[in-house]
Amino acid sequence: MSERILSVLVEDKPGVLARISSTISRRGFNINSLSVGPTNIEGRSKMTIVTELESVEQVKKQLNKLINVIKIVELDPDNTIESEVLLMKVSINKDSQTSVIEKANLSGAKSVDVGQDYAVFELTGTSKELKKFENLLKPYGIIEMIRGGRIAIQSNL
Amino acid sequence: MEDKMLTGAELVIRGLEHLKVSTIFGVPGGAILPAYDPLYDSPIRHILARHEQGSGHMAEGYAQATGELGVVIATSGPGATNLITSLNNALMDSTPLLAITGQVASEAIGNDAFQEAYTVGLTMAATKHNYLITKASEIPQVLLEAKHIATTGRPGPVLVDIPKDILNEKAKWIEPKLLDLPGYKPTLEANPKMIQQAVNLITDSKKPLLYVGGGIIHSKANVELYDLAKKYNIPVVTTLMGRGAFPDGDELCLGMPGMHGNYTATTSIQNSDLLIAIGVRFDDRVTANPKFFAQNAKVIHADIDPAEIGKVREAEVPIVGDAKSVIKGIIEKLGDVELQTSDWIQEINNMKENYPLNYKQEDKGPLKVPYVLEELQKMSEEDSIVVSGVGQHQMWISLHWKFTKPNTWLNSGGLGTMGYSLPAAIGAKAAFPDKQVLALDGDGCFQMTCQELITASTENIPLKIVVFNNGNHGMVRQWQKIFYNNRFSASELTHHTPDYVKLAEAMGAVGLRMEQKSEVKDVFEKMLEINDKPVLVDCVVDPDDMVFPMVPAGGSNDVIILNEEDLKEL
Repeated sequence: MSERILSVLVEDKPGVLARISSTISRRGFNINSLSVGPTNIEGRSKMTIVTELESVEQVKKQLNKLINVIKIVELDPDNTIESEVLLMKVSINKDSQTSVIEKANLSGAKSVDVGQDYAVFELTGTSKELKKFENLLKPYGIIEMIRGGRIAIQSNL
Repeated sequence: MEDKMLTGAELVIRGLEHLKVSTIFGVPGGAILPAYDPLYDSPIRHILARHEQGSGHMAEGYAQATGELGVVIATSGPGATNLITSLNNALMDSTPLLAITGQVASEAIGNDAFQEAYTVGLTMAATKHNYLITKASEIPQVLLEAKHIATTGRPGPVLVDIPKDILNEKAKWIEPKLLDLPGYKPTLEANPKMIQQAVNLITDSKKPLLYVGGGIIHSKANVELYDLAKKYNIPVVTTLMGRGAFPDGDELCLGMPGMHGNYTATTSIQNSDLLIAIGVRFDDRVTANPKFFAQNAKVIHADIDPAEIGKVREAEVPIVGDAKSVIKGIIEKLGDVELQTSDWIQEINNMKENYPLNYKQEDKGPLKVPYVLEELQKMSEEDSIVVSGVGQHQMWISLHWKFTKPNTWLNSGGLGTMGYSLPAAIGAKAAFPDKQVLALDGDGCFQMTCQELITASTENIPLKIVVFNNGNHGMVRQWQKIFYNNRFSASELTHHTPDYVKLAEAMGAVGLRMEQKSEVKDVFEKMLEINDKPVLVDCVVDPDDMVFPMVPAGGSNDVIILNEEDLKEL
């Protein structure tokens, strides 16, 4: 895996996401995932950016030039807890209903909405687990799927 | 006094006075109008440009000549969009600039109001940082922060966008204090370990070369650079932005390397075993194809901007820090070491002798720019400020003019903005009314911003302008000759060229013309005698002249075209 995960602490100011994404697109960096949300510190947000090994040094340096970026930490892949949320709407019928829900439950997914001909599942896990879940339910017909972006935190040694 | 409520507009002007700003450049308009009212009573000098791009370049010229903050003010919408070229130009050349723009009223933002543009969004990638003000009380603090960001670290442009209702809103003046900016802490002092590693490489080197640029000038490190080069006998190449950082004429000065660099400067880099790169960014105009650039050299790369280090070329010794502190550190650690560079300097001197810059000016033939430049330099003041446009004439000036002091060579290096010369020269002359300021421009460039001639006349800014008139976009023509089989698509200006002498007169300046060698001295004498008005010299030059040496884009710096004869082998 040539992926690198950056944890970016930023000032929670208007336009900060635009600055980050503008810097990334202007420099032509390869970004696999980007997510952003508030932290426990007031006025500070954290972004998790997943990029490729070859871009990581320049991504760090260019983002560090932004005035609203406070700190960038590259997470150690062996010591990182990573998570992502997924919502998936799958088509079901009388024949498939039981096996779809059973498979989803066995995968640790929660059924959050079930209708006549569809079911919506929510699953939290690593990107690998989410991919596996997607492959598992693909044969039944995925109507819509959305992933929330990867977030990660460093574990204490 | 402190309890008095002021309008946002008054806070802007008071804020600028507090920052000790003495001159600003701008064009008024609807959204910024409130700020122009208190400006009417302020001791700050406002220079009214004829186009916002011009006002931006004026502020850049002011900043490049003084090494201090340049300030420009514009209205919303087209005022702001017209500024963008100058902001991007300042970003590329690391020029400290503060731009203040008016914005439509807060509640109209996003509604496509009259003269509304998304200024903060449009300028995000063209500035070092920008702000949208939401409360009048923030204004003094934001202006102070903006100046701090623009002038420290790697300098650059900062824009402050202020909605019209905020300019009219009342607030108290609260003395601004520089607070901690958690995300902005430029590294100034170099890490001593890295300095030691640099010193080790320098001590081991047989063919060291100082490759220096604009960073020396921003850091005001020219004296330290001179000490380093002279004490240890290390030759110096100065990039386009670094011309004047080390005195031309000194035997260790090799001049500008690169695409149109002189042979010795470019080849010394190729032959060097150690590049001591300070305040440079390995620009493609210097390196040509980076794969073939300085293949025999190790690299020490010092820059105040960490993002420049390793961007184009990996450095054996990366140093983040201000040029002055880096050089001081290196000198201190080198101590009394004696470097054995005499063979290397001999090799360089042989190159200088075998490959001098040359041009041929015939007595009756058309004028050649290098000849005109050399004659002009003989007659002009030693510390005159030379401001250029972009293209052939820019390269000829950089090659043939002898720069001995920093901040005396102003040009648009990174963005390559045609039209820079005249307005930037106005800015420089506004900063130094007693200095000779020479705007040396091409006719293609001049026509992009020539309306600012009336600004110079009205504002009593008596600069000298030489328009090198070859009736063409000369550099475009040169490339079309070499790479496009003489097909001069849209590069000729000749059929509809203005009469520059009449244009000058119409703009309240004096117009002169020279077309032959025999006229050069007399015309320049007249030009230099007139000091109460701007003077423009229409200098008619050879349209077929080409700039050499030349390394074609993407080529190797080992293969340098020295003259037209060499072209046949391409």
